[in-house]
Amino acid sequence: MRLAVAGATVCLDHHPVVHDVTLDVPPGALVGLVGPNGSGKSTLLRAVYRSLRPQRGTVTVGGDDVWRLGAREAARRTAAVLQERDTTAAGLTVAEIVTLGRTPHHGMLGRPGTADREAVAESLERAGAAHLAERDITGLSGGERQRVLLARALAQHPQLLVLDEVTNHLDIRARFELLALIRGLGVTTLAVLHDLELAVRFCEQLVVLDEGRVHAAGPVLDVLTPRVMAEVFHVAARVERHADGVVRITYAADPLTAEPGPGSHHLSGAPPRPRHRSASPRTGRCRRSRSGRSARPSRRHGPRRRSPR
Amino acid sequence: MITAISIGAAEVPPGEVWRIVLSRLTGGGPVSDIATEQIVWEFRAPRVVLAAVAGAGLAVAGAALQAVVANPLADPTVLGFSHGAALGAVIALTTASGAVLGGVGVSTAAFLGALLAGAMVFALGRKAGRMAPTRLVLSGVAIGYLFLAATSYLQLRATPTELRTVLFWMLGSVAGASWDQLPLVTTVVVTGAVTLSLLGGLLNTLLTGDESATSLGVDVHRLRGALLVCAALITGTVIAVAGGIGFVGLMIPHLVRLATGPDHRRLIPLTAVTGALYLVLVDLLSRTLDRPNELPLGILTALLGAPFFLWLLRRNKGMDTA
Repeated sequence: MRLAVAGATVCLDHHPVVHDVTLDVPPGALVGLVGPNGSGKSTLLRAVYRSLRPQRGTVTVGGDDVWRLGAREAARRTAAVLQERDTTAAGLTVAEIVTLGRTPHHGMLGRPGTADREAVAESLERAGAAHLAERDITGLSGGERQRVLLARALAQHPQLLVLDEVTNHLDIRARFELLALIRGLGVTTLAVLHDLELAVRFCEQLVVLDEGRVHAAGPVLDVLTPRVMAEVFHVAARVERHADGVVRITYAADPLTAEPGPGSHHLSGAPPRPRHRSASPRTGRCRRSRSGRSARPSRRHGPRRRSPR
Repeated sequence: MITAISIGAAEVPPGEVWRIVLSRLTGGGPVSDIATEQIVWEFRAPRVVLAAVAGAGLAVAGAALQAVVANPLADPTVLGFSHGAALGAVIALTTASGAVLGGVGVSTAAFLGALLAGAMVFALGRKAGRMAPTRLVLSGVAIGYLFLAATSYLQLRATPTELRTVLFWMLGSVAGASWDQLPLVTTVVVTGAVTLSLLGGLLNTLLTGDESATSLGVDVHRLRGALLVCAALITGTVIAVAGGIGFVGLMIPHLVRLATGPDHRRLIPLTAVTGALYLVLVDLLSRTLDRPNELPLGILTALLGAPFFLWLLRRNKGMDTA
């Protein structure tokens, strides 16, 4: 299914973190969401997997607004693999963890049935984790663990996968394996990737987020121009397709010599702003949950805090 | 349980206990002499049943709370429920003469105190519809201290006789059990335990973290609220009739978790059964260790439980990484 985010402004603790973002993930595509630390990538994802309601704008999956679908229906369409450390899950087996992916299908009080067990087995197979089924989650390597979480997401039978830096802390081979696996799934995927090398190699399209705004979006080679590399990532680098067909990043001898584009002054403290996009007067404000002026009940729409875990 | 009924200040052979209990349950006539019948049916049986119900209730409340606040230290005491109940009981025991309020007054006051504490944790731990685990548990601890301060002040002003009553209440006992009070507490505990067991699958999603649970379609904050209410009701009802029995809510869920893993669909029912058996055993010991005196339950739950629990913790390798 297609994911379409339109004019989304998302606030964290009364501060806008994502401004007026519009992006599109076509059915079956693997789109990478990249940007420096604090550019709002994870916050944008939270709006997609229905954890944080945008102040403005819409998130639609398969043409339906996820906030109108309800939590369960949305969870049947969208599955997420996040960065949370689930230490309290110690002692659960891999099969039990993956079974949790069936939650939106068997309901509040439902018990997993035959169909659920089949879905779990199939997801473990697809994620290449079938041999781990009876293992304790705490005893797994980083790569195995991510496969298990991916299997849990697949058990939701999602039409859209949302991944938040799933390659973090993995060794280099495990990173390649995991991304090749994800690309081979054929599920529409929006993946936050910290590792640009992997992003350019595995994604057809990229969305570059900077300061909570879309700086550029489109096919990899069109997006990561030397100027974008300088303006957003502050490094001197070229992104090219090599003779073997693989897209790679070539960094300058001293990548820190990046020439910031005209009008950007990141070295003087003012972060560079995309010049092609003027700040919209409609963005940049967040409803305060206690103002009482908001038309909608602030309880549900107010900014939500990241829980301190 | 039959064994527990048969042993005590006056020994009754297990076979005879069986006959008496069966005859009572099936509506048959007396099968033994009146004194024995009375000991078995009017004194021993209700207290053993109450011990079982109280143990089950406190243990499942603890298990639920540990999942709610994602903290292995959580139990009804840490979240302030027990302190709330204690304050209610102490107010009833010291400010009014016993004749005015009577035993029921203490129970009601303790129940209201526990619910008040629960409501405060619920209200203060909540912000913009979100119930963050850390804020919840710290709110509970702070509210507990608040109630404890009030309780201590009242104790300072109490007469020595009142103080002794208060002390005994706080340490918990099922000696005052009677058949009249059992239906209510049993209903609450059984309903609560069944509800929590049915919610086991959802409790499991909390183990994966709030954001992941949300992405699975679970309304994490509403679930937390519901579980908190459930745990407060169970704790309040149990403490109201059995006093402040500590450590069961903390130890039993961990004990069961070490044995069977953290899957709440298994954990909750097994915790209920284990809690019930443990408190029946503790009550039995409390009646027999120091005959003819009775030791308060609160002393024995910890005195017996803590060393065993510590031994188990050291033996278990899983605790090193978790």
